[in-house]
Parts: sequence; structure tokens; C-alpha cells
Amino acid sequence: MTPRSRWGTAALGLLVLATAFPFYWAIVSSFTPEARLFQRPSLLPTTLVLDHYRALFTERNFWVPIRNSLIVAGATTAICVSIGGLCAYALARLRFRGKAPLLGLILAVSVFPQISVVSPLYLLLRRLHLINTYPGLILPYLTFAMPLTVWLLVGFFRQLPAELEEAAMVDGASRLRALWEVILPLALPGLAATAILTFVYSWNEFLFALSFTLGPERQTVPVAIALFRGQYQVPWGQILAAAIVATAPVAVLVLAFQRRIVQGLTSGAVKG
Amino acid sequence: MASVRLAGVEKVYPNGHVAARGLDIEIADGEFMVLVGPSGCGKSTALRMIAGLETPTAGQVFIGEHDVTALPPQERDIAMVFQSYALYPHMTVRENLSFGLRMRGAARPAIAERVAGAARALGLDAVLERKPGQLSGGQRQRVALGRAMVRDPKVFLFDEPLSNLDAKLRVETRAELARLHRRLRATIVYVTHDQEEALTLGGRVAVMRDGNVEQVAPPMEVYRRPASLFVAGFVGSPAMNLLPGEVRADGVWAGPGGLVLPPPAAPGARAGTGRVTLGVRPHDVAIVAPGAGDTDARADVVEPRGSELLIYLRLGNDGAGGELRAVAPPEQQIAVDTAVGVRLDRERLHWFDEPTGRRLD
Amino acid sequence: MRAGEGAERREARLAWRLVAPALATILLIALFPLLWTVWESVHLHDLRMPWLGRPFIGAANYLEAFRDARFWGALGHTLLFTVVTVTLELGLGCVLALAMNRAFRGRAVVRAAVLIPWAIPTVVAALLWRFIFEGQTGIANTLLVDAGLVRDPPVWFIHSGLAWVPVVLADVWKTTPFVALLLLAGLQNIDASLYEAARIDGASAWRQFRYVTLPLLKPAILVALIFRTLDAFRVFDLIYVMTGGGPGTSTEPIALYTFNSLLQNLRFGYGSALSVIVFLITFALALGYIRFLGAGLTETRA
Repeated sequence: MTPRSRWGTAALGLLVLATAFPFYWAIVSSFTPEARLFQRPSLLPTTLVLDHYRALFTERNFWVPIRNSLIVAGATTAICVSIGGLCAYALARLRFRGKAPLLGLILAVSVFPQISVVSPLYLLLRRLHLINTYPGLILPYLTFAMPLTVWLLVGFFRQLPAELEEAAMVDGASRLRALWEVILPLALPGLAATAILTFVYSWNEFLFALSFTLGPERQTVPVAIALFRGQYQVPWGQILAAAIVATAPVAVLVLAFQRRIVQGLTSGAVKG
Repeated sequence: MASVRLAGVEKVYPNGHVAARGLDIEIADGEFMVLVGPSGCGKSTALRMIAGLETPTAGQVFIGEHDVTALPPQERDIAMVFQSYALYPHMTVRENLSFGLRMRGAARPAIAERVAGAARALGLDAVLERKPGQLSGGQRQRVALGRAMVRDPKVFLFDEPLSNLDAKLRVETRAELARLHRRLRATIVYVTHDQEEALTLGGRVAVMRDGNVEQVAPPMEVYRRPASLFVAGFVGSPAMNLLPGEVRADGVWAGPGGLVLPPPAAPGARAGTGRVTLGVRPHDVAIVAPGAGDTDARADVVEPRGSELLIYLRLGNDGAGGELRAVAPPEQQIAVDTAVGVRLDRERLHWFDEPTGRRLD
Repeated sequence: MRAGEGAERREARLAWRLVAPALATILLIALFPLLWTVWESVHLHDLRMPWLGRPFIGAANYLEAFRDARFWGALGHTLLFTVVTVTLELGLGCVLALAMNRAFRGRAVVRAAVLIPWAIPTVVAALLWRFIFEGQTGIANTLLVDAGLVRDPPVWFIHSGLAWVPVVLADVWKTTPFVALLLLAGLQNIDASLYEAARIDGASAWRQFRYVTLPLLKPAILVALIFRTLDAFRVFDLIYVMTGGGPGTSTEPIALYTFNSLLQNLRFGYGSALSVIVFLITFALALGYIRFLGAGLTETRA
């Protein structure tokens, strides 16, 4: 190894360490008895207990926010990938007037701050009696998830050679048939990566979930965890256990599809 | 099978680029027509308009008796072989071959029979269950061909189908395509940028430039009687010598390096009427003893090409009169930097008007 | 098919049909509410005082904001947070991207390690770091004392200045990896033969960086800059969870103040005016960057 690449490796080692430390500490602490959390904490744990996890699912009924999050994020993802997929296909492949302004509009919506639409969405959902319901979260989630999905899928569709579709049409397939028989099977990895990203964004969302739910029966995982703190004391053990539980599925999904996800996330930067 | 006709076809892209200016091309039933020209000349656009992948901004496209200008590709009953082959990567060779028949609702046994026939003809039996990613370049090319063949379409369209093959395979496949055409008696429109491919394959060749057709003729006519300066320079290898000159008031044509010739016997080339370019192929330039030819020159570079020598000459005694290429038999002794004479074959001179570039005679 | 209809018209019609559902969704749940926010912002609308109705009051909400010290404070906190985190993240991200681009071994491990903080809920990241800095005997303080850097460990979250340290750290921890990935993608797009050519021309490592890497990386840097600035400017989750804007309102960003005006104080008119201001600033930032980015792109592509 050259000295320069040794420096690079050292920097990366440090990075991995810095990245991993909070997780390590959270995992260790989530198995540490509550009383010992702040008494001379040591990097190497001595006593490990399962109390916090047990309490999480028995006393706290943490299954409820998990179920809520699964339903809301799942439905948002399904709607976005199906509707957004059709839109992205048209934007990536078909020639029509108004395409450029449309792409611009979608990009603009994807960067505008969520907080700017909280007030009308609250008033709207209240009027429709959708506060503290699943649709009352799924609808607002589409505001950020739909542009994201469309944007990512346009990138994935554009990577497929146009000639494949032309060949299918010359072979006698209509546009939609070509989409179904040729483009969709080839876009499947990209669709999967997009679906995962949309799911992760929806799973992690906090502001809307905080604004449009009232009680534990419809709270999503991030809201439930954030509101764990009691009036007088903070149940850190349970909070950390919940944080681990909330993070694990996301981490597994992202690791399983990391190559595709990185590709989707960075394609914008590469193309400019 | 059917004929194909482009009538006044024009294609202007939204960005203002003109890919076709009033193309009129007629391709007879069963004919092998090659569209050839440099990149950007509009040949691929013309092919794609026949396929229905592009829509003309003006004019009409006919397949047989039918005006298909507004029909989408799937309703035109054509088959196309793409430059990249465009094989469906997620399907096996068998599925690739059957796709077109399946889309047109053919019955299962009929599909199986046709696919088996095409696979046998193209030597693809052994790879039917493989995916395109597992095939060699030549095999992929055959699958692309097979996908077009099984359908028995009205017209075959080829878009530079040989450009991704190595030189040896390209020559073999070229001969195979010629045999295929003879056997199927199919109407074929074939696009290439390679003039040699065009000459060897075409029943007729349409030479295109800047969205225009410069000449449509059988290959040997394009070679022997190029209709314009552009065609003269584009077709043939090594390229034709093009010598600028003038028909002088005394009635002779005077070119570079003291070259003086009787002018062409054409009405456009009367005495003193101005600039006329002489075209002569290197094969029609003979190297003789100094003073024994039409003019003298100096040999600059001699390239042995195996079956012949390609000689780069500089015209004039001093070698200052511009370049001329000649081909000589390999046994001829030619020393570099010595004076030689050159004699042009009077029967094979090509005269072009300037600045129109049209052929005179 | 209609007679005489061109293929292009047909294609366009199909395109609009495919685009319609997504477009309708975006118009209905994003653009229409945005206009509604503007409408609300010029009305008095207090959910605690429904008897007041919703009278039109012109720019009164905006004027109130401009006289509101808490608004200016929140705006200042947001700008401070944005400038500090974006600077740190781009600088560190650049160093990491260069390191990742160079190392042959372990790149996959690093990429995985780097993706996880980015992928987890911000709420979780906030809680992990809050826990690390919690109390006087949290792990951060323990390590600082053990290392001899601090004798009397501070209670981070009760100091208006110190409270920013864990907040900024948490954000840098969570987003630097993402920036590094964006920049790495840009680096990998640079043709390696350019470096070979530069070496043959005798360019030092620094000059290779300055004259080859930096200009070619500019588009990626600008994209990362846009994403990060817009993201940092609307920071909410992180601070809501870590400090709640406190102590007092000393770490309250503009998004949190807006949220509190809306859903704590139920002042929808005033909160909407704040929302509009946030939107306008974001929009101006984005536009400015896009013009800047556009110029940068044509420059590097010329």
C-alpha cells in the first residue's frame, strides 16, 4: 500500500468507528438496567438484561405504532410506486409538450418545506374528519413521497435502452403492452429500490405524523418514541430499545439493496 | 412482401434540425435497398419513419398500397434489426424469437413450428434456452435476424446490423444476408454508413447527405457514374481523386500541376465557362515513365496493400501541384521521391460542375 | 384510431393519461394547500377563538412577524444551524469521498456503514445523541472526564450555547455520509486517464486536486450543497426531539416556531404567515442555487 492509500484507509476506519459508536452505545444501553445507565457508564457492559424490550411490548404496547407505521408507509409506497411509476414512464420515455415544465414542477414540489402545508392540510383533514386516521396520514405523505418516487423512477427508466421498447413495438406490441412485457420486468430492480426508499422516507417521517395524530392509537413509530418521555422522568432504557426496534427493519432493507439505492440517490448528482 | 414508397417526406425536429428534406424513394417489392451516407445524413431517420418510430413532419409513407404515415409501428407489419440488436435481456432466445408472433396472437403450435424453423436455419438450436447475455456477439446478431425472420413481415428494416461485429464476422454475415435475401425474396431496407457494405449488398443504393438523396442507382452505376461530387468522394476505396480546374478560353481543361486535358463533351462545359472538377479513381491512374504521361509527378509515399500498391503522388515536376493517389500492381517498382509520369484513363474520367457539384454529361 | 391522427398526437395523449393521476395528486395535496396557506396568512384565524371568525386582515400577520423577536431569533437559529452544518458536512464529506475513492479494500463495508445513519429516522438519531450527551454522567461527559479534557462536566442541554453542540454533531453524524456518497459518485465519474495525463504533465497531488478533481466535481458539489441547504433550512425533527427548542427558545428553528404557532397556540393565520415566509426563503434559495448550478454546469461541460 502507498502511504496515501494508508491515510485513506485510516480515515475510513475512523469514519466507520464514528458511525458505529452511537449504535453500539444504544444497543449496549438498551440491555443495561435503568438504574445503572448514568452511574459510571463503561464502554464494556457488565450486566445485560432484557427488561426494556419486555416492557416495550407489554407495558407500552409498542406493536401499535409498529402496525400504524407499517400500514401508513406501506400504503403510501404502494400508491406512489403505481401512480408515480406510470407518470415516470411517460416523463422518461414519451415525447409530449409540457414535459420539461412538469419535471420542473415535480422537482420544485420535492424540495418545498413540509411545514408550509401543515396548516391547510390540518384544516382540510379536520373538515374531512380524517385527523387521527390512516388516510389522514397517507394523503399528506403523498406530498413528499410522490415527487420523490417519480423523480427516482424517471432516472431508472431512462437507463433502459429505448431500442428495446422500439423493438417490442415493431414486434407488434402496443406502448402499454411493451411497458408491461419488456420495460417493467427490466425496471424491476429500480422499482424495488424506489419502493424501499419511499417506504423508508415514509417510515421515518415525523412532522406530519406529529401534527395529524392525537393519541397512541394512530401514532407512528417515530412519534411514539419521541413522546416516550414522561412528565418527570425519561425512560431511557425503553427509548433506546424502541430506537433499536425502529431502526432494525430499515437497516436490513437498506443494506440488502444498498447498491441500487446508492445508484438511485446519486444519479441526479452524476447527471447534473 | 410489399413495396415501400416515401413521397415528399420531411422531418424537422423541434430543435430545428432537419433530418429529411422532401425524400422521394421508391423501393420495389422484393428489392434490397441500401441507404448509405455519413452520420447525420438522415438515413436512420428515414428508416425509422418507415418503421413508424418517427413521424414525418410532411409527406407520406406507403407500404404496398397503404398510406401508413399515421400508423404506429405495431400496425405496419414490418420487422426491424437494430444496431444494438435490442434483444430482450430477460427472455430466453426462444422467447425472444416468439415474442412478435405472440404479440400478433399466433397459435402456440404455429409459434413453436416457426421458431424451430428459424432456429434451424440460423444454427440457434443449441442456444434456444439461453438468455442473450450468455451468447457471443455473432449469436446475438443471429437471434436479432431470427426475430425478424419468424414473423414473415411485409418489409425488413436493418439499422446498421453489422457494425457491432468484428471485421471477419462482418464479411461472413454480409454474404449470409445476401443469400437470405435471395431465398426469402423479401423487401429489405438497409441502413449503413459503410459504402463497401452498401455496394456489396444493395440491389440499389441510395446515397444520402444532409437529409437529401444524392443518387439512387444500382451499386455499379453509383460506382461508375457518381451523380455528384459528394457521391464520387464517398463511394469507392481508396477514395476518388478530385482535382479542381478550369475550362480555359482556349477550350482546354487546366488542372493542378500542369495537368491539361480536353474538356468534357457536355453542354455545361463550354470554353471559358469556369470551374470544373475532374474526378478520377486511383485505379484509373497509371504510373509511367517521366514525360510519357499526361503530366509528371513525384511519388511521396508508397503503401503496399498486398494485392496492390497505393501511391501518394505530388503533381508537377516540383511536386507542388497537389496530391494525387494512384494504384499500381505490386510488382511495379516505384521509388519514393523520384519523378514519374502519370496517365489518366480517358474512358473513366468524371467531370463535375462547380459549385453545384452535379455531374457533367 | 381517429383518421389522420399523427403518431405524435397519440403519444402525447397517452403521456397525459399516464401523467394525470400523479399530477392530480401533486396539484391537490401540494399546490392547492400551498395556495390555501397564502390565503390563511392574510386572515385572522385563531382556533381558540372561533367567535372571531376569519376576517381579512391584510398584511397584519406578516407585520406582526417582522416585529416579533422570537421570529427573528428562530430565523437566526435556522441560518446559524444551516451555515454551520452544511459547511461541516460538505468539508468532511469531500475528505471522506476522496478517501473512499482511493481505498480499494473495504469500500463495500464503508458504503454500508455510511448508509445506515442516513436511513434511520431522524428522531432515532436525535435520541441516540441526546442520550450520549444526557445529564452530567452520560457517556460523552464520562469520556471527556476520563480523557482529562474536562474537569467539571457540563449539563449540555441547559446551556443556550452548549445545547447546539450535540445538535450539530447529530446532524453532521447523520448526513455527512450521504454527502460523501453523492461526491463519491461524482468522483467515480472522472476519467482516471485524466489523472495519468496530469501526472505525466508533472502536476503535484495538490494541483491534480485543484485543476482536475475540483472543477470536474463541481456539479456534484453544487447538487449536494442545494440538497443540504434546503434540508437544513427546514430542520424540525432533530431539534424538536433533542432540545424542544430550548432552553427557552434558544435553539428554536423557524420550522419549530411555525409548528408551535399552529398546533400549540392554534394561531392558524399567524402560523400560515410564518409558513409562507419559510416557503419564500426556501424557494429563493433554490432558485438562486439553480441559476448558479446551471451556470456551473454549462461551464464544466463546455
